[in-house]
Amino acid sequence: MGDDKKVDVAAHAAAFLAQDDVHEPMHDKNLWAARMKRDAAAREVPEWETLRELASQIKEHTLTHLYDYLLEFESNAIKRGAKVYWARDAAEHNQHVWNILQEKNISAVIKSKSMLQEECGMTAFLENRGITVTESDLGERIQQLDDQPPSHIVMPAIHKTAEDVAQLFARTIGTDPRNTDPHYLTEAMRDNARRRFLEAGAGMTGANFAIAETGSFVVCTNEGNADIGAAVPPVHIASIGIEKLLPKVKDLGIFIRLLSRSALGTLATQYTSHFSGPRKGGELHIILTDNGRSKRLGMPDFWTSLKCIRCGACMNTCPVYRRSGGLAYGATYSGPIGIILDPTFDESRYSELPYHSSLCGSCTAVCPVKINISDQILQWRKVMAAKKYLPVSRRLAFGAAGKIFEHPQLFRSAETMASGAIRFTPDFLLYNRVLNPWGRHRELPHFAGQTFREWYLQYRAKNNEHGEQRP
Amino acid sequence: MENNARNQVLAAVERQMPANKTAYPETPDFPRMKTDLLAAFENRVKDAGGEVFRPADAAAAQALLASQYAQAKVICSATPEITGNRDIHAVNNPHDLADVDVGVIRARFGVAENGMVWLTEEDLVVNALGFLSQHLVILLSPQAIVGDMYDAYLRIHLEDTAYGCFMMGPSATADIGAVLVHGAQGARSLNIYLLA
Ligand code: SF4
Repeated sequence: MGDDKKVDVAAHAAAFLAQDDVHEPMHDKNLWAARMKRDAAAREVPEWETLRELASQIKEHTLTHLYDYLLEFESNAIKRGAKVYWARDAAEHNQHVWNILQEKNISAVIKSKSMLQEECGMTAFLENRGITVTESDLGERIQQLDDQPPSHIVMPAIHKTAEDVAQLFARTIGTDPRNTDPHYLTEAMRDNARRRFLEAGAGMTGANFAIAETGSFVVCTNEGNADIGAAVPPVHIASIGIEKLLPKVKDLGIFIRLLSRSALGTLATQYTSHFSGPRKGGELHIILTDNGRSKRLGMPDFWTSLKCIRCGACMNTCPVYRRSGGLAYGATYSGPIGIILDPTFDESRYSELPYHSSLCGSCTAVCPVKINISDQILQWRKVMAAKKYLPVSRRLAFGAAGKIFEHPQLFRSAETMASGAIRFTPDFLLYNRVLNPWGRHRELPHFAGQTFREWYLQYRAKNNEHGEQRP
Repeated sequence: MENNARNQVLAAVERQMPANKTAYPETPDFPRMKTDLLAAFENRVKDAGGEVFRPADAAAAQALLASQYAQAKVICSATPEITGNRDIHAVNNPHDLADVDVGVIRARFGVAENGMVWLTEEDLVVNALGFLSQHLVILLSPQAIVGDMYDAYLRIHLEDTAYGCFMMGPSATADIGAVLVHGAQGARSLNIYLLA
């Protein structure tokens, strides 16, 4: 971060689309399948909408009383025998980790997925200091071996085919390059990772939820990798963003019911683990990290993005994300949630992200904690426009999304349009009628203060030289 | 630095918290599962990739285990009902469990909604037993089934245990080509023996 070079989302997306005619359709299909499973799982819970509303209120309550809940969490965690550290930013977070490892003479760690550690660039920081860091989540490990960041917050390697993984593993862990069977490849990684679990001096995890009432935190995985990391090495280090708090244990009943159903359409993750203090014979270190969260809390239009429980549903449903791939966003967080989080880290660098959306509202419709994601995307466009971080003229009106919707593969898939209302938004065709100025006939989500139409007219007036310029 | 960071984060949070406070919501009484909880539980365990068995008594469970895991070299049981050949109470270092083929644990209760079982550090004796074992056998009383996650969270006491886990079937992943594979990192299989 701090790098002022703008991420060229459209170019990245175009590269993903153009590589062949295998990756993009597969990506689209797999994510849409997750979305459909999510719908089916949600339908099975009669009180689903009530749950979303409750989850949203509990998160808003916690965030508007965060100061007290942080103190409560801290004192309970300390009472339980954990060591609690505070970090203002990524550098401080990483320094804490480094200090703990140095003090214990630890040179190898095994980590389960943590978006916060990703956000802090922790792995590179530790590797530069001679620490061996191994991702234990299979998808994360695939990305680590390929020297790429995760492309999805729940399915980090979803943009890769089994063939890609077979090639990668053949190169890096010596599997048979012709064997693309996911069972074979998973087994190979199981053997490889197990050794590393046994060699590691510390297990690192993130947290899905932290409970003020008891000083506990909860980690959800399907592989059980966080649990092995916490149960085998003597030291457990957990990185927890300050927005992860919930007031009470009973709140988990609501959130656990929502999380995995929203993410993958499963009833829960295979492992839902509750850590309340160090295990017998072990040590527990908790790093409560801000890294921009308190600043976001003070942004009236954007603070509710802190409610996010990282389920990935907004990505799975997003027609732009499904076609562009997550790496196109060039940021830790991709998809609709990334669009509203990333600019809070660096407005200039991520100034094009808000244009990488069809604004169809599907993200808002699926979000289990009812974040008004598409409103916030639009709000970010206003910020970018006001600050003159405008996309270059050739993709101005349609933004990055235009590039994707223009792609011929989409015309092909459009033939199957009847299969779902949101799969291809009615606006899809509008996007492709390239001479139709963006937004003219569109229904857009309401946002406070200024209607889209007003904003658009102002925006056009201000940028008239670009306004009509479409090929 | 530490104190400084703590105070600064807390001060920033205090300063930035929205002035409009949201109240903590009342939780309504949700519709409860009225069906046969045990049957629902069994079905969900199967969905999650596990299997359920009903041995008549402890001796039958021991025999079932012997027949299901005839090849197993190391069986480690954290339950009094089942005898293995590795004494969990003699294990001081979790690494000593690296060669366990079958781990046997008694769960406190199961959840009909999703087929989860609740295991704590006390039930595992050494936490790693639940994760380094290649296969797991979970003993569960057929009476100990709650309906859903709301009930489940009323039943657990996080202040009494340093570690507790809702386990739902064996370890799983779909990270390669979106194909579901069991046995990603933790247990390859999970069998539940219903045994009072
Ligand atoms: S914004 Fe909502 S839908 Fe998207 S990842 Fe966060 S919680 Fe899930």
